[in-house]
Amino acid sequence: TRPPPLTETHTPPALTETLYISFVEVGVENVQMADYFKGVASFLIVSLGGTLVGLVFAVLLSFITRFTKRVRIIEPLFVFLLVYLAYLTAELFSLSAILSMTFCGIGANKYVEANISQKSRTAVKYTMKTLASIAETVIFIFLGISAVDKTKWAWDSGLVACTLVFILVFRAVGVVGQTWVLNRFRLVPLDRIDQVVMSYGGLRGAVAFALVVLLDPERVKAKDYFVATTIVVVFFTVMFQGLTIKPLVKWLKVPRSTNRKLSINEEIHERAFDHILAAVEDIAGLQGYHHWRDKWEQFDKNYLSRLLLRKSVYRKSELWEAYQRINIRDAISLIDQGGNILTSARLSLPSMASRTSFPEVTNVSNYLRENGSGVCLDLQAIDNVPGSKVEEETETHHVLTGNLYKPRRRYQSHYSRHFMPLGEQERQDREVFQRNMRSRLENFKSSRHKRHRKDRSLKKRRGSDVKEMDGGDKPRRNVSWQDKDPVQVPGDSDEEKPSECEKDEDVGITFVARKVDTVKQRPHSVPAALEGGQPPPAPPPPPVSSSPSSPSEAAGLLPWKGGLGSPPPCVSLEATKVIPVDLQEAWNQSISSLESVSSPHAPPEPLHPRISALCRAGGPRPASYTPPGTSSLREREEEEREEALQEVQPLMRPLPPPPPPPPGSAPGPGRRRNPCVYLRSLVTTPPAETSEPHSRGPTQL
Amino acid sequence: MGSRASTLLREEEIEEIKKETGFSHSQITRLYSRFTSLDKGENGTLSREDFQRIPELAINPLGDRIINAFFPEGEDQVNFRGFMRTLAHFRPIEDNEKNKNPTASEPLNSRTNKLLFAFRLYDLDRDDKISRDELLQVLRMMVGVNISDEQLGSIADRTIQEADTNGDNSISFNEFIKACEVYVEQNLLLQAELNL
Repeated sequence: TRPPPLTETHTPPALTETLYISFVEVGVENVQMADYFKGVASFLIVSLGGTLVGLVFAVLLSFITRFTKRVRIIEPLFVFLLVYLAYLTAELFSLSAILSMTFCGIGANKYVEANISQKSRTAVKYTMKTLASIAETVIFIFLGISAVDKTKWAWDSGLVACTLVFILVFRAVGVVGQTWVLNRFRLVPLDRIDQVVMSYGGLRGAVAFALVVLLDPERVKAKDYFVATTIVVVFFTVMFQGLTIKPLVKWLKVPRSTNRKLSINEEIHERAFDHILAAVEDIAGLQGYHHWRDKWEQFDKNYLSRLLLRKSVYRKSELWEAYQRINIRDAISLIDQGGNILTSARLSLPSMASRTSFPEVTNVSNYLRENGSGVCLDLQAIDNVPGSKVEEETETHHVLTGNLYKPRRRYQSHYSRHFMPLGEQERQDREVFQRNMRSRLENFKSSRHKRHRKDRSLKKRRGSDVKEMDGGDKPRRNVSWQDKDPVQVPGDSDEEKPSECEKDEDVGITFVARKVDTVKQRPHSVPAALEGGQPPPAPPPPPVSSSPSSPSEAAGLLPWKGGLGSPPPCVSLEATKVIPVDLQEAWNQSISSLESVSSPHAPPEPLHPRISALCRAGGPRPASYTPPGTSSLREREEEEREEALQEVQPLMRPLPPPPPPPPGSAPGPGRRRNPCVYLRSLVTTPPAETSEPHSRGPTQL
Repeated sequence: MGSRASTLLREEEIEEIKKETGFSHSQITRLYSRFTSLDKGENGTLSREDFQRIPELAINPLGDRIINAFFPEGEDQVNFRGFMRTLAHFRPIEDNEKNKNPTASEPLNSRTNKLLFAFRLYDLDRDDKISRDELLQVLRMMVGVNISDEQLGSIADRTIQEADTNGDNSISFNEFIKACEVYVEQNLLLQAELNL
């Protein structure tokens, strides 16, 4: 299960290199007692200097990529050239070039990745992989050639034998020592088998050979012996150890795998336990609540990000757009997969007539599923036939192992030069994240709703309650990811909420959408949001599907507005750590929306990001209503949107295209249209948007 | 930081918590500072939102379930005592405390209690049984989007069949223990060195 850690890490070569520079270039014969201290000092200078050079170039690189918006094509070029420049500069000053390159990459990673476009990102990634493969191949060709070229090396059996023995011994010592330290901090300690595999997996390859070839024969007289030894070591480790490590691992794991056969129960529960542990760990803050890390993040947020990140990225508008898009998609999939939640009966709109097909669909899938389980039961019944049962069990195992989400630790540090499984974790994070957010939203909605229901007079509700009962239990069974019975708020509001509620809803929409522009006001407005005494004055009543700019203008003036729209600083501090970069905004957003829930004075229905997304994504703008000062705002929005579209692609979940909108679902006139349906029609018929003069749908570009 | 936190926490409280949960003094103060840093409302209790703010939990498939596990039924707030009581489930079992006071009630971090904690995450309606639907919900949380409902359904069926010994088509707590028992030796939850 665990791939043996075969690859070399970055630091040892860097260390070797620095040592090499410190001692060899200085000259061994010149080393005296005092020189050891000088050696230490020069080691520090070489390594720290290299690091520093790398960081300087990292800043430079981040800063440059901030301004490449219009010439995306040079982005990968800059990435490579500047890193190479870091290498050259470090080399120029006899500093550690490898360290400088490494730290340039580490330092610039966050900012560059946010700055450059997705395509550039892909280009950089693949070029890097290709280059790595090429370099490795070349060096092994060299290795092969020099192995047969007798003039290049001189043989010394003693040296070779001792080296072989010692690399094994020292590797083992190093592994045992380091794991001993590490195990004090690890949740899952590295056991004996891991240690053996790690000791045995110390393969030496390209770097060792490259370094030894670079030795200056004038200074190092024994270079030829070293070369011979290195070649033998490389061949031994790569050929012999590399080939035998797999059987070794298998053999070591044998007792484990034969002792117990993992039942399905165990598999599921074990995975669940892993998740539980990880979560508890996070709650207890075992990942370390570090003062310095917080400080650094504060600094990064306040200064570095401001300086190095493109403005739009810094203000997260692209991500924000992306989040809205995700929300739209989610809303669609929510309707589609979980059509049963929003049982059509509850949405008593005429347009929903088209949805009557849904119960049938669920019935069919129910039927299918029950049929499927019936098959299972049959298999169980004819249990005497071992073949089929075993087969199905292995099939189940296969499915499970392939698809169960992996807890944090299992997928963390697998880097491979040749494979690119990188998307896996991101995908999982994104899926889980979306799912969690969705269920929180649902939970939140239903809790809001309950509170709401208390307030409202019951007779008003009666009609819809009956309908809810009609919804019945059956469809609900499919909703596996729902914790509580969700309540469809939009449909609800449509049913009987007076226009006042709609106004409020609109406010809710706009504060979510508005956030982009209020980021800077955050620190000041937070307290206002928390203590904000009075319910906000209602903005001028725009129609539900009105332009986003109009209410947001009004919203910007409201005291509680900015605070609600922005996450508290403390949260975003932590959030920057774990959540994938492109989800951070969504994360912050969800936090803030949840926060707005908890604040008592929030408007009754403050949270409809999906709807807001919908409004922004394609809401026809009434040309009649243009508050003063919106035009510039609009232009800016337009610009940001343009940018956002380039970045948005990776965030889109590849969903199957939603079914075409039923003919009846065309948005009804006036303000009483159902947001969900409306949304649906918006997204499923993008071409229609292009024809609208004011639309800002994605197809516009 | 630690000293500041401990001043806010009275000594006798620490003693009580120590007795109840078995945490050491330093662990308690450390967790208390964590508790206060989570407590954005600064009212001495944590709400669901406080937990939901932890970014890692947003990408943990079972995150929200675990958050719920911290809250006693029907309550929206959890104080430090409750917080510690829940965390105590995850304290590793130490050898020396196995025979310490056999008369006392079972410690929170006993094997059974750990399993019970996990069991409760499945058992939403608290009827001490994991029904097919409850299992399905958890499964759905834990698998990717690639698995169809039918597949998941059959997996759930098989899981229940495997564990169900009394034929009521659900997993009782005893059955759950039995199902987990086979590999209990290597079980992370039970063996974990959660260095609180």
